Amino acid sequence: MNRGHEYRKERLDRGIKVRSDGLYSLMSWRELSYLTLPRLILICGLLLLPVIVPGMYWQRVISIVCIYALLALSFDFLAYHLGLVCLGGAFFLGTGGYITAVLNATFGLPPVLSIPIAAIAGGLICTLLLLPCIPLRGVYFAIVTLMYPLFFDRLIVALDVLGGTDGIMGIESFPGSQAQYYVPILLVLVCLFGMRRLVNTDMGLMFRAVRDNDQAVRASGININIYKAIGVFIASAMGCLSGACLVHIYMWAGISLLALDFSILPIAATVIGGSGTLVGPVLGCFILVPISELLRAFGTLRIVFYALILVAFIVVRSEGLMVYAQRKYHQFERWVKV
Amino acid sequence: MDIIVYGIINSVSLALMALGFALIYGISRVANFAHGALYVISGFMVWSFLNTAGLNYFFSILAAMVVVGVVGALIYQFVLIRVRGMPVSEIIASYAIGLAILEGFRWWGFKGMTYTLPVFVEGGMQVMQVSVDIHRILVVVIGGAIVGVLWLFTHYTRIGLALRGMAQDERAAMMLGIDSDRMAVVSMAFGAMLAGIAAVLLLPLGNITVDAGYNVLILAIAVCVVGGLGSWMGAVLASFLIGFAQILTEVYWGAQYQMVVALLAIILTLVLRPSGIFGRQKALEERV
Repeated sequence: MNRGHEYRKERLDRGIKVRSDGLYSLMSWRELSYLTLPRLILICGLLLLPVIVPGMYWQRVISIVCIYALLALSFDFLAYHLGLVCLGGAFFLGTGGYITAVLNATFGLPPVLSIPIAAIAGGLICTLLLLPCIPLRGVYFAIVTLMYPLFFDRLIVALDVLGGTDGIMGIESFPGSQAQYYVPILLVLVCLFGMRRLVNTDMGLMFRAVRDNDQAVRASGININIYKAIGVFIASAMGCLSGACLVHIYMWAGISLLALDFSILPIAATVIGGSGTLVGPVLGCFILVPISELLRAFGTLRIVFYALILVAFIVVRSEGLMVYAQRKYHQFERWVKV
Repeated sequence: MDIIVYGIINSVSLALMALGFALIYGISRVANFAHGALYVISGFMVWSFLNTAGLNYFFSILAAMVVVGVVGALIYQFVLIRVRGMPVSEIIASYAIGLAILEGFRWWGFKGMTYTLPVFVEGGMQVMQVSVDIHRILVVVIGGAIVGVLWLFTHYTRIGLALRGMAQDERAAMMLGIDSDRMAVVSMAFGAMLAGIAAVLLLPLGNITVDAGYNVLILAIAVCVVGGLGSWMGAVLASFLIGFAQILTEVYWGAQYQMVVALLAIILTLVLRPSGIFGRQKALEERV
C-alpha cells in the first residue's frame, strides 16, 4: 500500500446470497444447494459419525461430545440470546443426572421414560431454584450461577444424601449400543434446529429485546422476568437432558456431575465456535472434546490446554470460527481506496 | 472463649484472602477470578526460593511478592486490558487463566504433604485461657497492620489517592490526568501482592495445595459479595461476619459445613441484596 492513500476493507454480500434469500431460491438447483448444503452436510455428517469413527472408544467419545454440545447450546442461548450469563452448566447437568439416577435406580423406570421426565422435571426444579436470581444482571448472575453447582456439591457431601461421595450405582444403560450412539446425536440435532426456530419466532424477538435493553422492554409494560424464566426453563431443560443421557451412558451418578469441567468446557466451545450462532457451540464441542480426549494421557494438562485456547480466542478472535466462516460464505471482501 | 479467639483468627484470615480481590474489583471493576491462582503461585514461589534457590526466609518472601506482583500486572496488561468493559469476557478470561495456572501446577505433580512452609515463630501461648500458637497471633497482628497500612496508603499517598479517584469516578479521574489503564495495572499488581501476603501468612498453617486456590477464590468472593463488591471496609466487616458464622457452624454442626456456609452466604446475599450489606445501592445496575 502506497502512502497518501488509505485503504479499507469493503464487504459485500455475494449475489447468490441475495438471490437465495426469498422464494426465488427455489428457481435453480444452484441457489437451492447454496442454502441447504451446509445444513445437509451438518446433519449427514453427524448421523454418519458413529459409522465412520473406528472402534467403541471413539463412538463413546462422540456421545460425550453430544452431551457437551447440548450444554454449550444451553449456555449460548442463555448468554447471547437472553443476556443471562450462566457459568454453572454443571448445575443443570447434575440436576438432570441425579433425577434420572433416582428414577431409574430407585423406581425402576426405563431410560425411555426417565430421560424425558428428568428433562422436564429438572428444568422446572432448576428454574424454581434460580427464580430468585433471575432479576440479577451481568456479573451478579454469573457469580451466583457459578456458586450453585459448588454449593450443591458440598451440600451432598456434607449431608451424605443421594449416595454422598460414592454416588448412585446400578443404573441401566441404553438398550443396545446403537441407541446409545444415536439418541444423543438426534437430541443435539433436534435441539439445535428447534432453538434456531425458536429464536426467530416472536418469543425469540422478546428474548433478544430483553438482552439488548431490558429497561425499554419494561417500559413497554411487559414483565421481563416471565420471559427470563421461560428462557431459563428451556436452557436448563436442555442441560438436564444432557445430564440424563450422560448418567445412562456412564451407568453411574455422583458428585463429579457437578464438576467444573461441565461448566467451563461448554463456555470454551461457545467462544471458539462463535457465540450467538447456536451452530458454533456444537462445532466447538466437536473440536474441543476430541482434542481433550487425545490429551487424556497428560492428565490435567488438558484443562490447561483448553483454558489457554479459551483465553487466546477471547483476546484475539472473539467472534469465533462460525461467525468467521459465515462471513466468508456469504460475503466477499475487497480493498477500496478511501 | 474458644469461639471468640478462633473466630477472630478465622475472620482476619478471611479478610486477608479477600482484600486483594476487593481492591482489584473496587478500582478497575474487574472480578479477578485468577485470585486463587495468584495465591497458590506466591506460596509456591516462596517454597521454591526457600528450598531450591536457598535464599533465607525473609528474602524469599520479598522475591515472591515481586514475582507475583509482576504476574498480576502481566495478566492485566496482556489479557484483561483487551476485554476491558465486557464483564462477562473479563470473568471468563481471568477464570480461564486461573484454571490454567492451577491445573498446570496439579499436572506438574504439585500436591500432597511435601510442600509446606515453615511457621514464622514456633511455639504457643495462652490468650484468655485458650492455647493458640504464636503464628496465628502473628496472622492477626500483621493482618490488622495491613488493613491499617492500606487505609493510610489510599488516603495519604499520590498513587493511593489516584486509585481511590479511579474507584469513585473513572471519567473524572481521567480528566484530572490519571491514566486509567496504568492505574488498573497498578491495582492488579497490588491485588496480586495482597493475595501473596495472604498466602505467605496463611500457608504455613497447612500444606500448599492446588485445591486451596479454589477455596480461597470462593471465600474471597463470599466476603466481597457479602460486604458489597467494591467496598473495602464492607469486605473487612463481612469477613468477621462470615468468619464467626463458619466457626459457629464448625463447633455446633461439623467442619464439612464450613464451605456450605460461605456459598450459602453468597447466594443469599445476591438474591436478597446484591450490593451487599455495606455496599451502595445501585439498584438499576444490578437487577431489574
